Amino acid sequence: MNIKSGIELLSYCEEKKVPIYHAAIDYEKQNSGMSEKEILDKMMISWNVMKVSIAKGLDKKQNIKGKMIGGEAKKLKEYYDSHVSVCGLTMSKAISYALSVIEVNASMGRIVACPTAGSSGVLPAVLLSTKETFNLLDKDIIHGLLTSSMVGIIIGKNASLSGAQGGCQAEVGSASAMAAAAVVEMLGGSCEQALHAASMCLKNIMGLVCDPVAGLVEVPCAKRNTIGTANAMISAEMALAGIVSIIPFDEVVYAMDRVGRMMPVCLRETAEGGVAATPTGQRLKEEIMPKA
Amino acid sequence: MEQFGVFDIIGPIMIGPSSSHTAGAVKIGYIAMRIHGKSIKKVQFYLHGSFAKTYVGHGTDRALLSGVMGFLPDDERIKDAYSIGDSIGLEYEFIEADLGEVHPNTVKIQLTSKEGKITEVMGASIGGGKIKILKINDIDVAFDGEYTTLIVKHYDRPGVIAGITAVLAEHTINIAFMKLFRQAKGEFARLIVEMDDSITRQVLKEIKAVKYIKEVAYIEKMAL
Ligand code: SF4
Repeated sequence: MNIKSGIELLSYCEEKKVPIYHAAIDYEKQNSGMSEKEILDKMMISWNVMKVSIAKGLDKKQNIKGKMIGGEAKKLKEYYDSHVSVCGLTMSKAISYALSVIEVNASMGRIVACPTAGSSGVLPAVLLSTKETFNLLDKDIIHGLLTSSMVGIIIGKNASLSGAQGGCQAEVGSASAMAAAAVVEMLGGSCEQALHAASMCLKNIMGLVCDPVAGLVEVPCAKRNTIGTANAMISAEMALAGIVSIIPFDEVVYAMDRVGRMMPVCLRETAEGGVAATPTGQRLKEEIMPKA
Repeated sequence: MEQFGVFDIIGPIMIGPSSSHTAGAVKIGYIAMRIHGKSIKKVQFYLHGSFAKTYVGHGTDRALLSGVMGFLPDDERIKDAYSIGDSIGLEYEFIEADLGEVHPNTVKIQLTSKEGKITEVMGASIGGGKIKILKINDIDVAFDGEYTTLIVKHYDRPGVIAGITAVLAEHTINIAFMKLFRQAKGEFARLIVEMDDSITRQVLKEIKAVKYIKEVAYIEKMAL
């Protein structure tokens, strides 16, 4: 079994009458020789690390700081705890979770790269907020993580998951596609609906460049993770409502790969274009890494 | 088409901020420490290219130091590497250097033990937390720590390799890759054996007992 595309994944799930997470278990059993229980246990460890990384940045007592960011998650929490949220409490909480994980990453804390360290806020944020809203169990989240991994595997095989290769669309875009598919499946949507959600995510931020100030995963990365989180949630909502992506998943992934290849090197993690190249971006770089 | 497993996508679990500048650096430091095999009194890091220019901002310095102290890429103590190093009396130094035509994220680590034994290990962090060890002392080598690895230093004599593989076969350890590196005929050579399984102390002891073997380093497969 070697699933290489969305079409292959759909036909596998159809044939075996299984959800995507089940296909992921079958795939990994063959890939690594691990048993189903080992796979689920290992995923549980990752989920625990994710939960801790969310809690840390929201904790009043903690003071986690990178070079340029820190304290944003806490600020947002204080705001939605005492005000009516502009985007609704579910969304507002979710983006505070994403901010927290990225702050933990920037302050040399422990995170789960998913698919990368730079985009590690999206999946935990979306999954935890969905868990809270729908009272899901950890077991459901483990399944969601497996669903999302299958989407990531297909994107990785046909396009890219790294900002240096494909821009931020490949990191935060992929993370949101993965998260959206997971939500759809956790809430009872079909495999097809899950892939529609993933397609919508990739389309929504296609072409997004990678331009980290001073080469550090902080600016604009923290806020990119919040748009990735929102992107996943709105796409999942649309797919669950029966809205479809007009362009099929595999074609969207192909398009994203083409766009990534067309992107100039200065917009692919080299910190030479985009917001990294602005006067403020340059000044910050000079302050943080005077020799670079 | 590149191959991925489920845990390449959801994972690794690591200390941020960067898989190449932090996690990969820990790995290189850790492997250097295992190859040296003696308690370390002093360590010098020669940083090349991007490593030299950005190491403080990315925490590469703390990552390398952590690896040398035996921490793995997901260890939360990495952040406090300096104070931990100071508390155990480790001398360390970071030096910017031109290491030649190598990957921009390359470091040469020189380890000195209390008894004065010196080991030099050069490695590169090639992206996504993946690394390559390029040199041990003066011998060019090539391995990546993705497998459980044995690094054997031995006199270049007939029968040494057969002796090692015989021990592994007897304990039904499957060899994934095996590479031999040497400088000149009859001198010291390094054998790198990458295996699918872990090995026990007993197996290690038997390998160390093979004739003409000088040193054996054993490195368990790392998650990253
Ligand atoms: S801007 Fe670049 S480094 Fe930052 S999250 Fe996006 S892809 Fe990652």
